[in-house]
Amino acid sequence: MTVQDHEHFAQHVRGYLYVFYALLFGTLITVGASYIPFGNHAINIAVALCIACGKAFLVAGYFMHLISERKLIYGLLIFTACFFLGLMFLTISAYADFPPMTVTH
Amino acid sequence: MEIPYTVQPRDDTGLYNAKVGIWLFLASEVMLFGALFSSYILLRVGSPEGYWPRGWLNVPIGTVNTLVLITSSITTVMAWASCKMNQFGRFKVFHACTLLLALTFVCIKSYEYHDKFTHYEITLKDGRIADGHIVENNPKADHVVISGRYVQDRKDLYDLEARKAPHHHEEITIPRGQIEKMERYGPWHNTYLAIYFTLTGLHALHVIGGAIVIGFLWGPGSKLWETDPERFTNRIEISGLFWHFVDLVWIFLFPVLYLI
Repeated sequence: MTVQDHEHFAQHVRGYLYVFYALLFGTLITVGASYIPFGNHAINIAVALCIACGKAFLVAGYFMHLISERKLIYGLLIFTACFFLGLMFLTISAYADFPPMTVTH
Repeated sequence: MEIPYTVQPRDDTGLYNAKVGIWLFLASEVMLFGALFSSYILLRVGSPEGYWPRGWLNVPIGTVNTLVLITSSITTVMAWASCKMNQFGRFKVFHACTLLLALTFVCIKSYEYHDKFTHYEITLKDGRIADGHIVENNPKADHVVISGRYVQDRKDLYDLEARKAPHHHEEITIPRGQIEKMERYGPWHNTYLAIYFTLTGLHALHVIGGAIVIGFLWGPGSKLWETDPERFTNRIEISGLFWHFVDLVWIFLFPVLYLI
């Protein structure tokens, strides 16, 4: 391994540490935000999920190196994301599929 | 026979084979957990107003477990970076930390499960409900003792929000003759606990599986470093990708189950 390679990875390590601190901070923010009464519980849910998405981006992007991955992996993940969204859409459509006046509870 | 493309990338994909393999596997895992998350959404949205449990899980413990898993993610990536920088000793230290953190996570989760399995909802013949943790439940005795409280309506048990209004718990002795139904907080208790145990149980199985692989690569599997360090480094990367995925799933599980 050359000196340049070593320096290159040392820089990466510094980056990983920053991501780690951001994830710790994100976790504390998530917990803190759950105690804030936003007035509508849906807002609390949205805030928690937004922070979770941010943390997921950091883990996937930096720890899993997705920000500098090959096209094949991106293609595979786009394909997966389409199926995942389809799955969620099925859930929503199933929920909306009650005939009028159905007693559900 | 030599397995091809364990180190050298293929010309067509630009990747070594195991990396394509692990990403395909992770894609299938996304669908597996996705199906369970969509089930969770359906159950939650379909639950009557006021009947979806809140405050049933211990937030500080969940937070600690989240921090444990995040820390294990950084030690995993550091272990891989150490291999890349030819520092095998550092790799050993970081991977040992990952292993210990994985064990810590499983221990904390087990404690949480134990807490649920010793928690009972007891319906009495006079209509009251006693709710709390079991203190004494000798089948030969004519009574059970719990540390908890009485409620008149089951709805009072759902939205605990314990942090806002702490409930007074006391030791309650209940004669067996007064008990109509006695049920612990297992996955059969209600849909919330069913999906909670399914999601966290499946996740915990992934943690245990990942820990076994990491343990192998830390122990007997690390001999490969002496003969083929590049291939060994790739194995660390692959196991690391799986581990980060496990972390990723927990990042969503924690707020969904504990906080909202």
